[in-house]
Amino acid sequence: MRRMAPREFAAALPALSAIPVLPLYLSYLGGDMRAIGPKKPASAVELLMSVVRLEYRNVTMRFAQKGDRGALTALRGVSFAVGDGEVVALIGPSGCGKSTLLNIGSGLSAPSEGTALVDGERVAGANAQVAFMLQKDLLLPWRTVAENVMLGVEIQSLPAPERRQRAQKLLANFSLGEFAGHYPHQLSGGMRQRVALARTLAVDPHVLLLDEPFSAVDAQTRMVLQRDLAQTLSKARKTALLITHDLLEAVTMSDRVLVMSGRPGTIIDEIAIELPARDDPIARRRDPKVNDYVARLMDRLDIGRVALDIQAASA
Amino acid sequence: MTGDARASLIRKGTLASVLLLIVFLAGWQWGPGLLGVPSFIVPPLSMVAREFVHAWRFDNLFYHTGVTVAEVLAGFVLGSLLGAFVGYLLGMSRVAEFALSPYILALQIAPKVAFAPLFILWMGFTVYPKILVAILIVFFPVLVNVLTAIRGVDPDLINLARAFKATRGQIFWKIEFPTSMPSLFAGLRIGSTLAVVGVVVGELVGGNEGLGYLLTLGEGQGDTPMVFVSIVMLTLVGAIAYLGVILAERRVLHYLPARSVGTDL
Repeated sequence: MRRMAPREFAAALPALSAIPVLPLYLSYLGGDMRAIGPKKPASAVELLMSVVRLEYRNVTMRFAQKGDRGALTALRGVSFAVGDGEVVALIGPSGCGKSTLLNIGSGLSAPSEGTALVDGERVAGANAQVAFMLQKDLLLPWRTVAENVMLGVEIQSLPAPERRQRAQKLLANFSLGEFAGHYPHQLSGGMRQRVALARTLAVDPHVLLLDEPFSAVDAQTRMVLQRDLAQTLSKARKTALLITHDLLEAVTMSDRVLVMSGRPGTIIDEIAIELPARDDPIARRRDPKVNDYVARLMDRLDIGRVALDIQAASA
Repeated sequence: MTGDARASLIRKGTLASVLLLIVFLAGWQWGPGLLGVPSFIVPPLSMVAREFVHAWRFDNLFYHTGVTVAEVLAGFVLGSLLGAFVGYLLGMSRVAEFALSPYILALQIAPKVAFAPLFILWMGFTVYPKILVAILIVFFPVLVNVLTAIRGVDPDLINLARAFKATRGQIFWKIEFPTSMPSLFAGLRIGSTLAVVGVVVGELVGGNEGLGYLLTLGEGQGDTPMVFVSIVMLTLVGAIAYLGVILAERRVLHYLPARSVGTDL
């Protein structure tokens, strides 16, 4: 657990007064207290990890509907925080506003109420610290693999030699080096998704927002991609919010799983995944305890009952 | 399709095409005589070929062809540029599209060739009314294709660029403009053939230059072979314009899988 109670934090304060990120943590203390885990003594390193990278404070989102049907509330009072280097999975029924949360976090849309914060600063419009990746690879067919990876850094006007270097390095990491000059249509689905991941990482974001990144690839490729992503996240100490429908993916890839209710979406549960090897989802899959977590998530989502309700409603 | 199967298809297809051409030319040469059709209705191939040489020597056939080619080229280039420009402009602004779409629709429905006499009234027996008709007729397919393409750009792609903090200009040049290329070229293909139609109608209505003029000349003199020669030359001009677009398309859209470009030539 990366969290600690304020009293213990105060005790550790003198040792940490030199750390410039402290105000961030202090701002976090004023935020969502529910996200703070069980008491456990923390080392300085662990406290550093508790710097909040991404936070949603009481976020509500309403959309206008056609005609006189009033506003549709997609999200209601959503609050949670993701610490530095932490991977949090978000699961919930379809249409519960998961993707809306992602749009708010990346600054593409503004919440009706509440705020999203990245590195302690209110998100107002797109910002360079956040990058997102969707189920669709969104590769541009007229750009080569390397040029696709460079899209973000090119938009952000990084000098050409530097962006080429970054693309080369990332592609080599994802064993795509020899495909740098290929066009997207020459690649398999799994490779394309890896290129998309490289493009997301190329801008060197603090926070990655991942919206079902692997749901469009086949099951075996997905496992490999999950492992690649998990290793990258852990090696580069990236913070990530992983939206997924796949309960197993949520459990094997994250430190914490947040469960959302149906519309209007709100956080109804938070389950800490206390398993080793977050950087190796394939190893985690073999761990029998994973099944218990998945079972718990199924219960929280009322998966059996919801299906029956749908049948009853359609009868 | 494997390489071998494709090569075999090309071999067989070419053979059949050439055979068909031979049958067609033979039918043209001997068919009318066998069926008793007089040569002033359908002149046989040899007669048209003789007329071709005659027109080349005494009727300035290549000069008239050159005039038509120049008009087609000017009308096509200007019409496509204008159509693409307005298409991108309307694509960028919902308000402009909303305000202008009824008028664009009305203009699109109006038969553009009907403007030819009007333009000749305005500009006299020069090349300009012909070019103007071609511009008008090329404008719409290009505009509509570009507009549709811009409207159809995946909003997630735009969001991706926005999340990278792209400016409006960057979104246009890095996402929207390249996305519209296949559609733009589809519009240009249609435009290249329509440009010939526009120019010929202009030449038919008035003037003493161009293949359209030779057509009316042949008609007035009851010179059927001359009419045939003009039609063949016009077809050739149209085919070359179309081929030019296809070649440009292959260069520009080289990143698409081979099968989806230019095979429906």
